[in-house]
Amino acid sequence: MDLSAINWLLLLASLMVASTPILLAALGELVVEKAGVLNLGVEGMMITGAICGFAIAVETQSPVMGFFAAALGGAVLSLIFGILTQVLLSNQVATGLALTLFGLGLSSLLGQGYIGIKPPLTAKLHIPYLSDIPYLGQILFRHDPLVYFSLILVLVVWLVLKFTRAGLVLRAVGENHDAAHALGFKVVRIRLAAIAFGGACAGLGGAYLSLIRVPQWTEGMTAGAGWIALAIVVFASWKPGRVILGAYLFGGVTVLQLNLQAAGLAIPVEYLSMSPYLITILVLVIMSADRSRAALNAPGCLGRSFHASS
Amino acid sequence: MKLKTILTGAALAVGLAGAAFAGSHGKTKVGFVYVGPVGDGGWTFEHDQGRKAVEAAFGDKVETSYIENVPEGPDAERVMTQMALKGADLIFTTSFGYMDATINVAKKFPNVKFEHATGYKRADNVGTYSARFYEGRAVQGLIAGRMTKSNTIGYIASFPIPEVVRGINSAYLHAKKVNPDVDFKVVWVFTWFDPAKEADAAKVLIEQGADVILQHTDSTAPLAAAAEAGNVIGFGQASDMAEYADGPRVSSIIDNWAPYYVARTKAVMDGTWTSDDTWDGIGAGMVKIGKMTDKIPADVQAEALALEASIASGEYKPFTGPIKKQDGSDWLAEGETADDGTLAGMDFYVEGLTGDIPN
Repeated sequence: MDLSAINWLLLLASLMVASTPILLAALGELVVEKAGVLNLGVEGMMITGAICGFAIAVETQSPVMGFFAAALGGAVLSLIFGILTQVLLSNQVATGLALTLFGLGLSSLLGQGYIGIKPPLTAKLHIPYLSDIPYLGQILFRHDPLVYFSLILVLVVWLVLKFTRAGLVLRAVGENHDAAHALGFKVVRIRLAAIAFGGACAGLGGAYLSLIRVPQWTEGMTAGAGWIALAIVVFASWKPGRVILGAYLFGGVTVLQLNLQAAGLAIPVEYLSMSPYLITILVLVIMSADRSRAALNAPGCLGRSFHASS
Repeated sequence: MKLKTILTGAALAVGLAGAAFAGSHGKTKVGFVYVGPVGDGGWTFEHDQGRKAVEAAFGDKVETSYIENVPEGPDAERVMTQMALKGADLIFTTSFGYMDATINVAKKFPNVKFEHATGYKRADNVGTYSARFYEGRAVQGLIAGRMTKSNTIGYIASFPIPEVVRGINSAYLHAKKVNPDVDFKVVWVFTWFDPAKEADAAKVLIEQGADVILQHTDSTAPLAAAAEAGNVIGFGQASDMAEYADGPRVSSIIDNWAPYYVARTKAVMDGTWTSDDTWDGIGAGMVKIGKMTDKIPADVQAEALALEASIASGEYKPFTGPIKKQDGSDWLAEGETADDGTLAGMDFYVEGLTGDIPN
C-alpha cells in the first residue's frame, strides 16, 4: 500500500462535491419531515430533477436555467405526492414509494432524446484571494457555486426553523397538527409548501449529479442517492447542522474507499465498498440506543394524515 | 401455499394462452434480458442494436421484446420465466450474473431456447456466447502504453470475474511490452452500471496520477470525467462512444452482436438450433476496434492496426508466452499460447500487476 499516492487535498475537495447531491436532498426532506410529512419519493424527485435540469440546460445552453428547471421539476412532482397525501389523504409511505417508481419511469421517458449528450459546463467559482490560499483555498474555495449554495441553504434552513415565526409554525404543524389547526394555522397549505420545498431541493440535488458531478444523463443515474438522503435525515436526528455531517461522512467514505483501492490497500474491496452503508447503520444503532431521546427528536406527527374534521 | 398454487395456475394459463396466440401467428418470439438501460451508451446499448438487427433482418416473421435494468439475482429468474410464459422461442440473457438463473429457468421450459452471454454453464436448451474482448484489450493496452506520459494507467474494473481479469491482464501485458515502466492502478467498483460511481472512480484514478483511463463498466461517465480533467485519454467501452471523439476518447472496443443474434434467430426459425459455445473475437467481427482519433500519433496507430490485423488473422494470440503469474510462478512457456479453458476461468493476475483480485 502506498498512502502517499493519495492526494489528501484533492480527496477533501472531491468529498465536498460527492456529498452535495445527498446534502441537498436530505435538507429538503428534513424540512418536509419537520412539517410532519414522510415523503419516501426522494429518489424519484431527484432523478426527475436530474433530467429536467439536464434537458433545459442542454436546450438553453445555460446551467443556471437548468438548475431552476430542476428545482421546478422536483417541486411539481412532489406536489403530486402532496395533493395525494394532503388533500386526498392517501397513505404517505405507499404514495412516496409510488412517487419514486413513477419518477424513475418518467425520467427515463423524458430522457430518451438526451442520452449521450454533453451538458454545458458549470463554471467553477474562483474567489479572489480566498481561492489562492495554499491548501485551504484548493479544498474550500474552488468549487462550483452550488456547493456553497447548499451550505448556505443549510444555514438558512437552520435559522428559519430555529428563530423565525415561519419556522415555529412549520414545527408546530409537524409536532401536533391538531393543535396547530386549532390555533388557526393552515396545516395542509403549510405542508404542501414544505413538500414543494423538499421536491425542489431533491431536484437540485439530482441536477447536481447530471450537470456537474457525472456530468451527463443516464437512466437510473441517482442509483439510490435518494434513499441515502432519507437515512441521513434520521441520522441527523432532524437537525440541519448534522445533515452536513451525515452527508459529508457518507460522501467522504465513498470517495475514500475508491482512493484506498487505487492506492492498493490490502483490505478486501468488499469491506471498503460496504463501509459507507455500514457506518450509516452503525450511527443509526448508536443513535437509537437511547430510545427516549431518539423519539424526542422525531416530529410528533411524522407520517400521519391530517383531516380538519377529525 | 394455496394462494401460490392458484397464482401459478393462473400464470400458467395466461402463459399457455399467450403461447397459443403466438403459435397461431407463426411468429418467432425473441426475448432479451438486459442488465442496464438500453440508453447506457455501452454494453446494453450494443445488445439492443443486435435486437434491432434481428427485427430488421426478419421483419414480420419475428417479434422481439426486451426488459431492461434487470438485476442479477432472483429478479432475473422471474423476468425470464415471464418471458418464457409469454411464449418466447428464444431468450438472450445478456449478463454474466444471469448464469444460474438462465440454467434454472431453462430446466422448466425445455422447449424454449436460451442463449447466455459470457457464461460457461450450458444445457440442451442453453447455449453460451461471448466475445474475445481481451483481443480488443490487447490493442487498447498497446495504445495506452504508448500514450501515457505519467506511466500510470487507471483501470475501472467491475466484478472480479474471469472476463474482467482477462481484460486487465491482456491490456497490461501489451502496455508493458511497449512501455516497460508502465504501472496499472485497478479500482473495483462492483457494478456494471452506476455513472456516479464510475465518474468517482475515474476522478480518483486521475487524482492519483493516471493519464489513461481504461474501463470495464458500461456508462460513458468515466469519459466525461476524463474530459473534465483534460490531458487524460480514455476508450469507448462495449460501444463506440463516438460522442467523446473530439475529447478524451481516442479509440474504442465495440461489441458487435448483430450477426450472431441474426444467425441464432435464423437457426431457431429453421429448427436447426443446438446448444453450443461461441467465443468469437476480432477475426470473426464480434469485437471491433473503433476508429482511432488524431490524438494517437500515426506511428502508434499503424502499430495498433498491425496488432489488430495479426490478431484478426489468428497469427498472433494475445496470451502468448513467456508469461508468469503475479506470484512469479510460470504460466506460459516461450511461444506457448493459453488454451480456452484456462482463459475462460482466469482468476489470477500476470506478473507485474499489483494488488489482489477481490474474491
